[in-house]
Amino acid sequence: MSEQSKNTTAPFLEVKDLAVEYYSGGKVIHAVNGVNLTLEKGKTLGLVGETGAGKTTIAKSILRILPDVGAKVANGQISLDGQNLLSLPEHEMRKIRGNKISMIFQDPMTALNPVQTVGDQIAEAVRLHNGGNKRQAEERAEEMLKMVGISADRYYEYPHQFSGGMKQRVVIAIALACNPDLLLADEPTTALDVTIQAQVLDLIAELRQKYNTAMLLITHDMGVVATTCDDVAVIYAGNIIEYGTKEQIFDHPTHPYTIGLFAAIPSMSEDEEWLHPIEGLPPDPAALPEGCAFHPRCPYATEECKKQPIAMQITKDGHQCRCCCMEQIAKGE
Amino acid sequence: MAKYVLKRLLWMIPISLGVAVLVFTLMTFCPGDPAEIILGSTATEENLEAMREQLGLNDPFLMRLGDYLNDTFLHFDLGESWTTGVSIADSIVECLPRTMTLTIITLLIAIVIGIPLGVIAAVYQNRWPDKVSMVLALLGVSVPNFWLALLLVILFSVNLGWLPAMGIGGIEYYILPAMAGAANGIATLARQSRSSMLDVIRSDYITTARAKGVPEIQVILKHALKNGLIPIITVIGTQFGKQLGGTMVIETIFAIPGMGQLIITAVNSRDYPVVQSGSIFLAIVFSLCMLAVDLLYAAVDPRIKAQYSKGKVRRKAVAANG
Amino acid sequence: MAEAIAATKTTKIKKQSEFVRVFKELAKNKTAMLGLIILIIEVILAILAPVIAPYDYTAMDIVAAQQGPTMAHWFGTDELGRDIFSRVLYGARYSISMGVLAVIISTTIGMTIGSIAGYFGGWVDNLIMRLLDIIQSLPAMLLSIVLSAVLGPGYFNTILALSVNGMPASARMLRAQMMKVRGNEYIEAAQSINCSKFRIIVRHMIPNSFSPNIVQATMAIAHMIVMAASLSFIGLGVQPPTPEWGAMLTGARQFIRQCPHMVIFPGLAIAVTVLAVNLMGDGLRDALDPKLKH
Repeated sequence: MSEQSKNTTAPFLEVKDLAVEYYSGGKVIHAVNGVNLTLEKGKTLGLVGETGAGKTTIAKSILRILPDVGAKVANGQISLDGQNLLSLPEHEMRKIRGNKISMIFQDPMTALNPVQTVGDQIAEAVRLHNGGNKRQAEERAEEMLKMVGISADRYYEYPHQFSGGMKQRVVIAIALACNPDLLLADEPTTALDVTIQAQVLDLIAELRQKYNTAMLLITHDMGVVATTCDDVAVIYAGNIIEYGTKEQIFDHPTHPYTIGLFAAIPSMSEDEEWLHPIEGLPPDPAALPEGCAFHPRCPYATEECKKQPIAMQITKDGHQCRCCCMEQIAKGE
Repeated sequence: MAKYVLKRLLWMIPISLGVAVLVFTLMTFCPGDPAEIILGSTATEENLEAMREQLGLNDPFLMRLGDYLNDTFLHFDLGESWTTGVSIADSIVECLPRTMTLTIITLLIAIVIGIPLGVIAAVYQNRWPDKVSMVLALLGVSVPNFWLALLLVILFSVNLGWLPAMGIGGIEYYILPAMAGAANGIATLARQSRSSMLDVIRSDYITTARAKGVPEIQVILKHALKNGLIPIITVIGTQFGKQLGGTMVIETIFAIPGMGQLIITAVNSRDYPVVQSGSIFLAIVFSLCMLAVDLLYAAVDPRIKAQYSKGKVRRKAVAANG
Repeated sequence: MAEAIAATKTTKIKKQSEFVRVFKELAKNKTAMLGLIILIIEVILAILAPVIAPYDYTAMDIVAAQQGPTMAHWFGTDELGRDIFSRVLYGARYSISMGVLAVIISTTIGMTIGSIAGYFGGWVDNLIMRLLDIIQSLPAMLLSIVLSAVLGPGYFNTILALSVNGMPASARMLRAQMMKVRGNEYIEAAQSINCSKFRIIVRHMIPNSFSPNIVQATMAIAHMIVMAASLSFIGLGVQPPTPEWGAMLTGARQFIRQCPHMVIFPGLAIAVTVLAVNLMGDGLRDALDPKLKH
């Protein structure tokens, strides 16, 4: 395996067999269980799944900002440009954080330091990575503020003087201040008003285009995926259960869970009386079911599904799906 | 901001008056006849009656209260001690600086040791530095300061002979009293710092700072501590009151002629004017310090500063006795 | 009426289950249990002091005066030859009961005042808060000293002096909590079914507001025990020859050079008791508010 990947040109970002565990009150919580994914420069990969499926944990593992206490990468490799991030010493990793890889957080209301001016929060990232004197960092911060559509004279204001959408713009400005190669966007629009969501997404898209930044977009909004992503990975209980291009996933959803996700979106054209949720609840990550983690909720589940984990199946065109009943399901449709 | 400070300073006038009325009223219920206290138990009834008349004790309560407030606040005349005849104002001018010096030294020691201890405990949560400092802190909040003072005297003065056991003089006279007083403050501040730092360390903006590539030491000192300080300042404020009270007791152990000695001696000899004026002065000093604490909030937290500037005074539930 | 009865029942059940939950949570906490066990042992020792104490706490034995700890006198003897161990045992009666009673009185009065301020708001609230401001602008120890001077020394007077001290803090805390609770919809719901004001305060607002007060009250016991001892120590609280721990220290102070044991044991008793109460308080805080648990 490793020889092969050396010969071919390595992907820009590659996550291999990533497993992350949390320890809480004597229990081991399997948050991420063997995730594999790749991302090329300038592309966007959408991570889709329910709350608690492990999406944020994947992003935090890439940046190595999991909580010190009680969280551990149990297995796997994460490499960026062929460099294994998980084995880097902390001071090397620090040079990557906020510089080559940066992250946009879910809740702009709490993501900014309330006692530091917004300008300084942007300038701090610039100074850490680009060096230079204070004035240069401040100039860059002002430039970033303008780029995200905030007047530069608000440099010395504090986060509490900004609205939610404006705060998220500041968060984006911090994330993009050092022209990162990879942007981890963790539900960047979830906490925002619908009208602001589109603005923020457009802003991210515009800035990314400028710098050819790759993005890992975490979301549970299929609409956002449709407009933004190139590839999509559907996550369930800490594992990718379906992975392919946006077209493959949207046009031919294969895994029963993905099918369920799409079925849950109410149709605008038909007059629907009921919503169609996926029955049941996501499993407790401290006690995952044996076999396929989805089997208790799966209408197609067989005895085999309950026994052992299902291997990833890859079709000819590269569409991956972790289900043993794919053919049946395809016929059933 | 200046308007807010002025408002708070003006607000101290009714508070001081309130304290004066409260203390004066309480003192009139004190057991014993002031005339007898002054003249001694051997005085004749005529002399006593003359003394009562001279002190105005035969006037109705409201008139005496009015006279007292008038003398104290309009003429700054605090009167004389009943037992020693010394001017009370002179005694306070002499005693207050000693008490304040000791209180402030104690508080500074508590801040300088307590906050870092709490921060270290939070950073090493559930590891040995945390456990050691929290056990120490628990012992610190549980040891009565006057007992600790006695133990320190036994160890450092009686057995080792390193430090003087009583009196005033150079800095060496302040070391034992300050150590005895500070133990409690160190422990309380360490516990508060730990819990508020733990709250802050989990916030999203700390993750943001880490994600920016900020070195861990800066994450803690620059980002977390400044936010964590806000609840710590509240505790520093309440600690000031406690230390002031604690200093009063500790003074009696180390024979430091400060406000504590002055007031406690006065209480025991029923020298009520001294108790009255001493209490009012300490209350004013205490209020000034609480104002300083409120201004410190504004310095640390721009949100509070904005509130002050807008003129919206945020009333905090200052649990001074908690 | 039927609804009212039903409502009462549900609150009872809810309260009970909450109580059970808190207790279970507390039982899991080893340090809190340690504190509780120490306290229970101390209370038993205090109650059984006449049975357990090897000597009469007033019995003087000049021949055996100022002895260090021996097999006959575990904690040694004082200047009059009284057995310090026996005196410390009896002292527990004073110190613990003073702390607990002072807190019961101050919390009851404080919470009553706080709930009145919190419920009525407006000028009532303003007046009460300004009065509390005045009381609180005297440092706690100073206020206790002044009050002891007014009330005179003695067991009950000291308790009273201490109670006034703790009252503003619990009043403020309950008021702040009630301000929070007041905005909740279930208060509006209660008003809409024509609950009386008194009923709303007692049945709806206080039960939903007072858990921080419980923690505060526990911690206050520790504080009150120290304050009571401090007052006795400076000669204002309980007077010698009563074997109150603080008062014992006053007597012992003069002999600090010759007989450190006279100082060590009564103080140790205070420290252990206060430590036990603090352990309990910490555990209770964690059990009542899991959010605060670290």
